[in-house]
Amino acid sequence: MKYQQELKDSIRKALPDLDVVIAWSSGFDPLHATPHFIRRDEDIDRLEIGPLCVHNLATYLPGLRGKKVGIVVKGCDSRSVIELLQENLIKREDVTIFGFPCTGVVDQTKVRKALGNAGRVDFCQVASQTLVVGAGGTEHKLRLSKVLADKCFSCQYPNALLADHFVGEKISPSVAEEEGYDDLAAFENMPLDERFAFWQKEMDRCIRCYACRNACPMCVCRDHCLAESRDPHWLSQEDNVRDKWMFQLIHAYHLAGRCTECGECQRACPMDIPLLLLKKKMNKEIKELFQYEAGVDPAATPPLLSFKMEEENIKEREW
Amino acid sequence: MPVLKGKELRIVGFLCNWCSYGGADTAGVGRFTQPTDLRIIRVPCSGRIDPLFIIKTLMNGADGVLVSGCHPRDCHYAEGNFYARRRLEVLHRFLPILGFEPGRFEYTWVSASEGQRWQQVVTRFTEQIHKLGPAPKIAGPEASKTLRQMEAAL
Repeated sequence: MKYQQELKDSIRKALPDLDVVIAWSSGFDPLHATPHFIRRDEDIDRLEIGPLCVHNLATYLPGLRGKKVGIVVKGCDSRSVIELLQENLIKREDVTIFGFPCTGVVDQTKVRKALGNAGRVDFCQVASQTLVVGAGGTEHKLRLSKVLADKCFSCQYPNALLADHFVGEKISPSVAEEEGYDDLAAFENMPLDERFAFWQKEMDRCIRCYACRNACPMCVCRDHCLAESRDPHWLSQEDNVRDKWMFQLIHAYHLAGRCTECGECQRACPMDIPLLLLKKKMNKEIKELFQYEAGVDPAATPPLLSFKMEEENIKEREW
Repeated sequence: MPVLKGKELRIVGFLCNWCSYGGADTAGVGRFTQPTDLRIIRVPCSGRIDPLFIIKTLMNGADGVLVSGCHPRDCHYAEGNFYARRRLEVLHRFLPILGFEPGRFEYTWVSASEGQRWQQVVTRFTEQIHKLGPAPKIAGPEASKTLRQMEAAL
């Protein structure tokens, strides 16, 4: 990534005033990045940005409250930071935001499917819209357009919306705004009974690992999550579709008007359940009803935490 | 009206204590004829209703859910139903993605004096649910559990 050096310099300058800077570095193999906590100067050298930086680091922020934290964000991550600020879950003076223009991140599931059982990954490079992966002695060339995450094809905010230090030049979104909900529209063309069957089939695969919840930057209840609550007892410990589906709806509903569509739930899901679809639907309706998008304006109030005496888009029920 | 086995569907109503519950009472005192499919749950305010109550009700096998509260601007707690209106409208638009017909859930406003109106609301909603028929049920091992729960509710 071309702005990497610039970013490192800017972090180096800011680090003395910060307790920790959260970024990415190379993970257990060259194909995977991992969150990287920079506390000392020498940690900065291991920082890496690029299409492998899939994690939304804003998830760590509520847990680091009270500390001076620097965070490196992509466009979508910056919306999560803004949403956290909107809800007073973090303090603006405690976070220093480093932004860079993001050209999309890979979807490791797509990469895994394309590579098959390729063996140990020896190297991984990004060159001119291609991801070159050396695995098991052979070189695999994957076109980025084939392996980028779905959310990146409908991304409206490639640049950090809020940043104290922005490296590189801002880029414009590659798709028109209307195109973002094409996949949802396709799903909504399905008959109702097929949709019902679809969710049953998908939720049946869920292993209740709660990775979706733990990866979500907006799931801040931690030990007080409804999923573990015994009073009220919303969910049983049984392994059945009803409870698994119900949990996803609790998640979707607790994110209504707050979800920034970073896609962490779907990325973290080991069973590849299309969880983002539920959240996209919720966001689409909220956008239509209240002309509101989460995580865009730090001063805005989430729509379900406020009301108007006369709602423009809600018709009074005629019966 | 007697309970007609097999002909009734399970409809759950969440009613605000201050208006609609009173309205249902008025309808009863006035001896207005009403269908008997509805099971009423009294809540302190329509703002008390978590949209997840409604989702959970549908997941547990109810065929329809009706929410009724005070008319906007008439809330006993001044603004509870304004919040409720936003939440319930979002839910109303969200449910079809799960495979539930939009008509399975409706929300409306009935005041304590509107016994006649309550009768109309219940009759119309029950007719609507009967037209839709039984709601889709989760298949698989838990189907029998759903059936037990539904039988208990009738």
